[in-house]
Amino acid sequence: MIWNRDAECEAVEQRRLLQGYQLKKQVTHLYEKVPFYRKKMDDLGVTPGDINSIEDIGKLPFTTKDELRETYPYGLLACPEEDLVEIHTSSGTTGTPVLGGYTRADLDMWGEVMARCIGMCGGTPSDVVQNAYGYGMFTGGLGVHHGAQKMGCNTIPAASGNTKRQLMLMRDFKSTILTCTPSYALYMAEEAKEMGIDFRDLHLKAGVFGAEPWSDNMRKEIEEKLNLQAYDIYGLTEIIGPGVSNECEAHHGLHVNEDHFYPEIINPETGEVLPEGEKGELVFTSLTRQGTPIIRYRTRDITYLWHDKCSCGRTLVKMHRLLGRTDDMLILRGVNVFPSQIENVLMQIEETQPHYQIVIDRDRSQLDEVELQVEVEEAFFSDETKELERIRAKIAQAMKQELQINVNIKLVEPKSIERSMGKAKRVIDKRNL
Amino acid sequence: MKVKQLSVFIENTNGRLAQVTRVMGNAGVNMRAATIADTADFGILRIICEKPQEALLALKEAGFTARVTEVIGVKLKDEPGGLADIMELFEKNGVNIEYCYSTLMSDQGQAVVIFRVEDIDRGLKILGENGVDAIASFG
Repeated sequence: MIWNRDAECEAVEQRRLLQGYQLKKQVTHLYEKVPFYRKKMDDLGVTPGDINSIEDIGKLPFTTKDELRETYPYGLLACPEEDLVEIHTSSGTTGTPVLGGYTRADLDMWGEVMARCIGMCGGTPSDVVQNAYGYGMFTGGLGVHHGAQKMGCNTIPAASGNTKRQLMLMRDFKSTILTCTPSYALYMAEEAKEMGIDFRDLHLKAGVFGAEPWSDNMRKEIEEKLNLQAYDIYGLTEIIGPGVSNECEAHHGLHVNEDHFYPEIINPETGEVLPEGEKGELVFTSLTRQGTPIIRYRTRDITYLWHDKCSCGRTLVKMHRLLGRTDDMLILRGVNVFPSQIENVLMQIEETQPHYQIVIDRDRSQLDEVELQVEVEEAFFSDETKELERIRAKIAQAMKQELQINVNIKLVEPKSIERSMGKAKRVIDKRNL
Repeated sequence: MKVKQLSVFIENTNGRLAQVTRVMGNAGVNMRAATIADTADFGILRIICEKPQEALLALKEAGFTARVTEVIGVKLKDEPGGLADIMELFEKNGVNIEYCYSTLMSDQGQAVVIFRVEDIDRGLKILGENGVDAIASFG
């Protein structure tokens, strides 16, 4: 169903007027209330008076992830602290996290955009949504939850893991929409097979899959194995969480909820705004957020935008499924991982050298398998296997603590990992994404 | 007396063992015994040889991770229960064995068991007190 026809099917020109109005309002507010933004705008010689339509957005400064970290916890808060009703932080990043603060109105807006996404997947208030995204500081769980509740769906807060129980809930409560990472969906399929559960006997009609990259092949496999229609969802903590954009039943691009999150594509080298259809770095501006709104946030995700006459009737701009990153961030089992984090962990372990290589592949059940090859420090080599196993377990535990995912550690001979003169080839990604 | 053992870290890749043994051969080192402790990803090759220090240098030069450690070598009586006697001696005296393997003295055709125990000095003392000789080297 189309959850909010007025907003989702509005004439493009009309929407641009509204976006311009919201932008001016937001920028005026931030200039007055957030010293960080006032300084950035002053440095560029821009005032709220220069912003009169959405076309003026290019005059505004960008915001980077580093700046979000530097201003943690409340440096970018644009409302009184007591107006916050919920906070989230970004997942799996090293050191300082990034805050997302939500006022009551922000939660309503989050529920609204997420309800639209469920609608794009064919959802209606009579659906039963089994939400297998992680609940907690990660935005996935509660974001989907707010949207499903907003729509009026019976919402099962299953959270991730405990697969046998997932399948039992799915069967007993006749879940019709499953929300989780695509790799977890495939993992469920494996488990179901072992339990003798046939998805054709269940009631799933749609799956809302996101938080990690996936391919068309994976979509086909999920659709076949789970007997449902698979939809791609995109979101990020810095902007709101899940609900930024979603595929509709046309399965041809993700509609961006652009009345709340204004997207631009820029040349990552120069910052120049690129015309529609050109590939570049995705940038978002929160037009309506109250808690932690962001001006021109550089996502480092690479994609392109376009308008078309979508068969679903929505006029919301579309973005292509993510095509890559401008940095070296990896998404492993839904967790954001930077190679520098791995290096930091290894630096703290005296038995190894920070020479390493990560090999990423998908296992039989399409889950990311991460092998970390580490060189043994010569001084710690022992004639006993148990000593080397101890070192291996120590590294594995440290990685798990830092990255929140299981990493297979492979000890290799010193100096066997290729040294390069320039940028070391740290990552070998065999996944077909 | 302690015996010097050479241990080499071997990644589980094709041809690695052949390379180790070739390096030792080229260095003119005669091997007396060898055994591999293996895990899924790597192995540790343990070698008793002549001139272990020279072998160590040759291996390091060839890029291997290796070290020389000390173990106990015991000549066994060539009769049923010969090994059990030694094992019981260690057990009774609380000497923990990390690993052991057996080999032959080349000239005498006599069995020698190599023991790596937790506390090597204590292990040797127990053997000495019970009239068991530990060998110093392989002739």
